[in-house]
Amino acid sequence: MNSSTLWLIGRRAGAAIVTLLIVSMVVFAITAVLPGDAAQQALGQFATPEQVAALRVKMGLDQPGVLRYLHWLTSLLSGDLGVSVSNAVPVTELMAGRVPNTLMLAATTALVSVPVALILGIGSAMWRGGRVDGFMSFFTLMMVAVPEFLVATLAVLIFAVNLGWLSALSYASEITSPWQFMRTYALPVMTLCCVIVAQMARMTRAAVIDQLDSPYVEMARLKGVSAVRVVLRHALPNAIGPIANAIALSLSYLLGGVVIVETIFNYPGIASLMVDAVTNRDMALVQACTMLFCTAYLMLVLIADLCAILSNPRLRNQ
Amino acid sequence: MTDNKNSIDSQLITGTESLRVFEGLNRGMSRRHALQMLGLAGVAAAGAGSLFGAAGKLFADEQANPGKGKPGGRIRVAGISSSTADTLDPAKGSSSTDYVRHYMFYNGLTRFDSHMVPQLELAERIDTTDATLWVVTLRKEVTFHNGKGLTAADVVYSLMRHKDPITGSKVMSLAEQFAEVKATGTHEVQIRLSGPNAELPSILAVSHLLIVPEGTSDFNQGIGTGPYKVKEFKPGVRSIGVRNTGYWKPGLPYLDEIEFIGIGDEPSRVNALLSGDVQIINEVNPRSTTRIKDSSGHRVVDSPSGNYTDLIIRQDQMPGQSAEFTEALKLLLDREQVKSAIFRGFARVGNDHPIAPGARFYNADLPQRVYDPEKARFLLKKAGMESISMPLMCSPAATGSVDVAVLLQQSAKEAGLKLNVNRLPSDGYWSNHWAKHPLSFGNINPRPNADMLFSQFFQSSAPWNESGWKNPQFDQLLVQARGETDEVKRGKMYADMQTLVHDHSGIGIPVFISNIDGVDQRVKGYGTNPLGGFMGYMFAEQVWLDA
Repeated sequence: MNSSTLWLIGRRAGAAIVTLLIVSMVVFAITAVLPGDAAQQALGQFATPEQVAALRVKMGLDQPGVLRYLHWLTSLLSGDLGVSVSNAVPVTELMAGRVPNTLMLAATTALVSVPVALILGIGSAMWRGGRVDGFMSFFTLMMVAVPEFLVATLAVLIFAVNLGWLSALSYASEITSPWQFMRTYALPVMTLCCVIVAQMARMTRAAVIDQLDSPYVEMARLKGVSAVRVVLRHALPNAIGPIANAIALSLSYLLGGVVIVETIFNYPGIASLMVDAVTNRDMALVQACTMLFCTAYLMLVLIADLCAILSNPRLRNQ
Repeated sequence: MTDNKNSIDSQLITGTESLRVFEGLNRGMSRRHALQMLGLAGVAAAGAGSLFGAAGKLFADEQANPGKGKPGGRIRVAGISSSTADTLDPAKGSSSTDYVRHYMFYNGLTRFDSHMVPQLELAERIDTTDATLWVVTLRKEVTFHNGKGLTAADVVYSLMRHKDPITGSKVMSLAEQFAEVKATGTHEVQIRLSGPNAELPSILAVSHLLIVPEGTSDFNQGIGTGPYKVKEFKPGVRSIGVRNTGYWKPGLPYLDEIEFIGIGDEPSRVNALLSGDVQIINEVNPRSTTRIKDSSGHRVVDSPSGNYTDLIIRQDQMPGQSAEFTEALKLLLDREQVKSAIFRGFARVGNDHPIAPGARFYNADLPQRVYDPEKARFLLKKAGMESISMPLMCSPAATGSVDVAVLLQQSAKEAGLKLNVNRLPSDGYWSNHWAKHPLSFGNINPRPNADMLFSQFFQSSAPWNESGWKNPQFDQLLVQARGETDEVKRGKMYADMQTLVHDHSGIGIPVFISNIDGVDQRVKGYGTNPLGGFMGYMFAEQVWLDA
């Protein structure tokens, strides 16, 4: 790692802070435009106007939006994420209960899906046009096309209801043995793998094929290098950039976009927390979740870029 | 007495029920004394029998017979929703999952039995002479989960805090009639209402008015007098209640622990039940009932309720102003078909008034209106409207209304009336369309008593008078009934009011929609309650596990 890489990290970190600031402003503005506020949401359909007014004052919603935003921003800088208005629990406490669950699910899914996707992608690139490739294309396209709620529901019907092998619900907090871990995570991980393996495998295949078509690979082949060595030693290092980016995009989806899987398996993760927050117009919580997603996304993309640079001497020495 | 005892015994499901009967038979003698003695000393059956006569015997039998309920066990229950807005503050309860939690951890002054009749709970007696000034005597030796004894101050606080807008109470308008609530002794509370209301005992049974300790501001601890104590409460994740070993009802509750979660997706909820991950679920779609019935380990609990989806024919504009048109439309509702085709039998036929069959004060003598397209055609012709064309507004927001509208459209065709079904989205339906067109649909959830149904939806001045129906005779009866403390006389008034609504108002109620719960066969003591699923949200205290 040299100074130019450090410079890149520094520059990206600076840009990330600006991005986060802009995102927080946009989210605040959009939430303000949504019909109804936290007070109305908490009181429901049959609220009286005096009740709404009183609750607004209590929640501090009577202040102008800009002031509320600045207030939130200053307390954020001092490390305080605020208090959820819907149940008066600190946002950090709510998040602390959910983030480990989300990370656990994301990590498990990544551990399973990334190797599978790489093997599928590289394999089908090597035997391009063959039976393996044809099957892989058909299979992955089908997986992309079938919505995850269908995959999840069918999987539950077969493995939990009919066969009784696995649990229909996932409880993050009650795992004591590896077997229990398998039972709990098998179905959600399988569902999520169906969604992201297909994307990653197809991206990998495209990136590797792109390299296999280039003159230097042809040269290597002419020299008599074996097919496996051509792919792993010559083509793959040059394809790492796009593959890492594809993986980063899929993983960022795992952190914030798995609300359907969380709903079906009743898995208490961060995505459903965010949905609750929006429904309840819970400003502090919405902002905290957004900041978390945004930071995770920026970090994953940065790591992907670093992978691309470090794996490629030409980029490394630019 | 023996016969009487046997007939009661055969109906008994749980210990609480028997406790209620025991109290009923003991009216006039000191219930507190009886309970105290039975509870403290665990009096032998013979002794109790000789002391308290038949009622005492009955209660003692109940205790001696473990078949009625088996202590121990743990179940997991899934409701329909769970979010960070979950609360343990009874005042803020807004969904069935909140109500279930509240009945686990708190008690009210009264509680609804399985026929929605209010029974004494934390109140030992409730007295009034004029339905305006009420004296509530509390049970003694009832303690909160933190060890503090229940006193009159707790009741005053629990009732009066609803009047403060800051509380954010869902029943603030209901609490406005509490002109004054004050402690007149350590265990005596005086409630002065702003006007007579003989239905106060049933108002006190609603979950929002459950009793919390005086001065509570942090409700996340869930300190109440209820059958379970809070072990864990994570909004949007789960709640766990453990048996309150010091519960004031001897022998109850049965279960050691209940874990309560929310699964919003109906197929997932049913799957969780069938795979054995949860033991009780609510709001099962009628279409899923065959799946549950086919499983040997599970059963469907069909609980008739007061929930109805109604056809609204505005009476203050044409064509509803014509009495013939209004009656013709009510005759065109094919109730049997709505019940069987749309709700797959999980409904009870309605008679165009809001009191459900079997509910308290239901007027069974009122002739049932039946599907009669011929008569409808005749009435429409008489009104000169045999060939008009009308839009009919419906929405998924009002349960089943789209299907009912399509059925009605078909029947209307037979009578020569052309209805254009206009399906509107759920979003904004209540504020923009409900009761704002000549013909539309509404949906009304069960209310605790007849008075609330009539005053909220049928009184001439009611803000939600759906059909804009004005009837001075009805209004007069409504006010009179509120001040009438004689149950029989009040029942007669309510019967007359049902007749008036049936004959003249612009509301057509084809069916009352049942709640459908799915229950594991091993869960015993699970009954029904017209208030809602989960035994009117109160299953926790009553069920046991027979594994």
